[in-house]
Amino acid sequence: MASLKRTLSDLKIFSRGYLRNKIGLFFSLVFPIILILLFGSIFSGSSGPIQVYVQNQDSPSPSPSGGFVTALNSTNVVRTVLVDNSTNFSQYLLSHSATAGVLIPKGFSASYILKKPVNVTIYTNPADTSSGIVVATVNEVVNAFNLNRTGSTPVIGTQCLPIASQSYKYIDFLVPGLIGFTVLTSPMFSLVNISSEYKKTKLFKQLSLTPLTKGEWLTSKIIWYTLLSIISYLLMTFVGITLFGAHVGITPLVLPFLVIGPLFFVSLGMLVGTLTKSVESAAVVGNLITFPMMFLSGTFFPVNTMPQYLQNVAHVLPLFYVIDGLNQVMIFNNTSQMLYDAAIVLAGAIIVFVLAVGLFKWRED
Amino acid sequence: MSAIEVSALQKSYGQLRAVDEISFSVNQGEVFSLLGPNGAGKTTTIEILEGIRQRDGGNVRVLGVDPWTSGYALHKKLGIIPQGFTFFPKAKPKEAIQYYADLFGVTVDSSEILRKVVLDDAVNTYFEDLSGGQKQKVGLALSLVNNPEMLFLDEPTTGLDPQARRAVWEVIRELKKEGRSIMLTTHYLEEAEVLADRVAIMNKGKIAAIGTPAEIIAQHGSGERLEFRGDQKLADYLREHTNLDVGLDGNNLVRVRIGEKHDILVALESMERSGLDWADLKTRKDSLEDVFIKLVGFAIEEGGGIKQIGNSGRGA
Repeated sequence: MASLKRTLSDLKIFSRGYLRNKIGLFFSLVFPIILILLFGSIFSGSSGPIQVYVQNQDSPSPSPSGGFVTALNSTNVVRTVLVDNSTNFSQYLLSHSATAGVLIPKGFSASYILKKPVNVTIYTNPADTSSGIVVATVNEVVNAFNLNRTGSTPVIGTQCLPIASQSYKYIDFLVPGLIGFTVLTSPMFSLVNISSEYKKTKLFKQLSLTPLTKGEWLTSKIIWYTLLSIISYLLMTFVGITLFGAHVGITPLVLPFLVIGPLFFVSLGMLVGTLTKSVESAAVVGNLITFPMMFLSGTFFPVNTMPQYLQNVAHVLPLFYVIDGLNQVMIFNNTSQMLYDAAIVLAGAIIVFVLAVGLFKWRED
Repeated sequence: MSAIEVSALQKSYGQLRAVDEISFSVNQGEVFSLLGPNGAGKTTTIEILEGIRQRDGGNVRVLGVDPWTSGYALHKKLGIIPQGFTFFPKAKPKEAIQYYADLFGVTVDSSEILRKVVLDDAVNTYFEDLSGGQKQKVGLALSLVNNPEMLFLDEPTTGLDPQARRAVWEVIRELKKEGRSIMLTTHYLEEAEVLADRVAIMNKGKIAAIGTPAEIIAQHGSGERLEFRGDQKLADYLREHTNLDVGLDGNNLVRVRIGEKHDILVALESMERSGLDWADLKTRKDSLEDVFIKLVGFAIEEGGGIKQIGNSGRGA
């Protein structure tokens, strides 16, 4: 009969050993943070001019509206990209994941010349750190234009509109992706190594001489990696939000993935260690499974940016459903899709867990 | 009731008969040693007795029950150090004892156990940083956590330096004094001779001899003999002029078997009459090692491997 006391005792000695192993701790908690800092800096950086989409619905240059666009570019803070007048501007911004846009209305030039009030609309994504810079730059150009109409009251005004919240940044996908990375790599690498090493050194045989069961042993590992995944989730979400303004939610709905994920990958690691003959071959098989899954499941880039054939491959990988589920709850707030993902991971996890416990031998025939 | 009863036990791995219909028993409170080189079948036998390996045939009772089907009911009464004992590298001895106590559901004084195995100076050292002897002592400490009736020690001193080996022997002696039955496998003849009440010499899956060391020597040894440095001529002279059993090995060591005290006088007179040179005269009795070599045809190296013995002579 399973004993909670034995499971917790095994958890205690395993977690102590884990925490005392600085290399393991580094790769579980610190390495993903380094990745988030690295990728976040590379893809969220603002060293060059900020790209601003502009739709000039007024008459083309030479005209005040044309001059307005030229003035924006001459600030060297923003770089304008003109959008065709025939397109729906707000939809265009959405579909291009734009972080900023400026709409110059029809009749802008005439109003300006006739000193009739006219508004320029600034679209920004409030979650993006560059939004304040874009607003300030546009207002600066507006002020300069108003000053040119000396002696008159301000003619040009601005109104700010948010780009719908569906406008996401790379970092928004990176945070759940790297949480999935931790859910996969920590238990997989660890269990592949432990299960083959313990088999080689006959530590499993020793444990089989105590009342500890293999189910209890495996459960304690699942509990530990669940705790580690939760810590990792909190750390990475904190770093993503505070340093890169990631637009991700802190929600208990991530918990199913932080529990079922480790259940799946602890069992899978155990299975690999059980079915391979040596520590070396276990490491090779473990890497063959882990690395492609890591890169194809949306860890570093959203899966929908990949070629279709790779997307098809991604859809058979369990980590894809973990990361997609995390995306659904942390970014899209889409509970029904999250439940679908969780159900798929759970079904797979149960199968792998049963196989791992069944095939893993305490005693020898 | 015997602590262990084994009858016609057999186990094969493919074509290899690792254990070939062996039978023996171990008495309560006895230290019983399985002695043999690597590959003799010792570990397979002990693992079958521990209940972690299934036998192909024969009957086995440990503390009155079948070890394969009894599982934890039996393991709660056993203390076991498997061959090449190891533990979690980052665990300290005290934590290891507490862990085992939790698993067995018992309350123990870990300091007392560490004192018993003379490891109280390393309580805060990680297992990976302990010396070979200290690691074996952790194994001994863990085997005592559940206060076992019977201990299985599978090569508990292999790879240890002589000092560490003797320290482990002392602990085993203390356990014996407490009246626990101990099953010990070893390839060290001295270890078996020093610790065991009875010894079974195993080779190629079979038991070649069984009994107390003295019984085995008496039964399979050559008795007392005269040994001296000489040559082929002297050996031939003694054979021709006496009825003694004379042998000569490759190192020019002449051996004369002494059946009666009178044989010594006969040999000495004949040696003197020969006029041939001889030196380093002494009398000698067979040791367990001599009997072991005689029974299995080789000696055991330090690591447990086989060391072939050359012998060009005849007799003695």
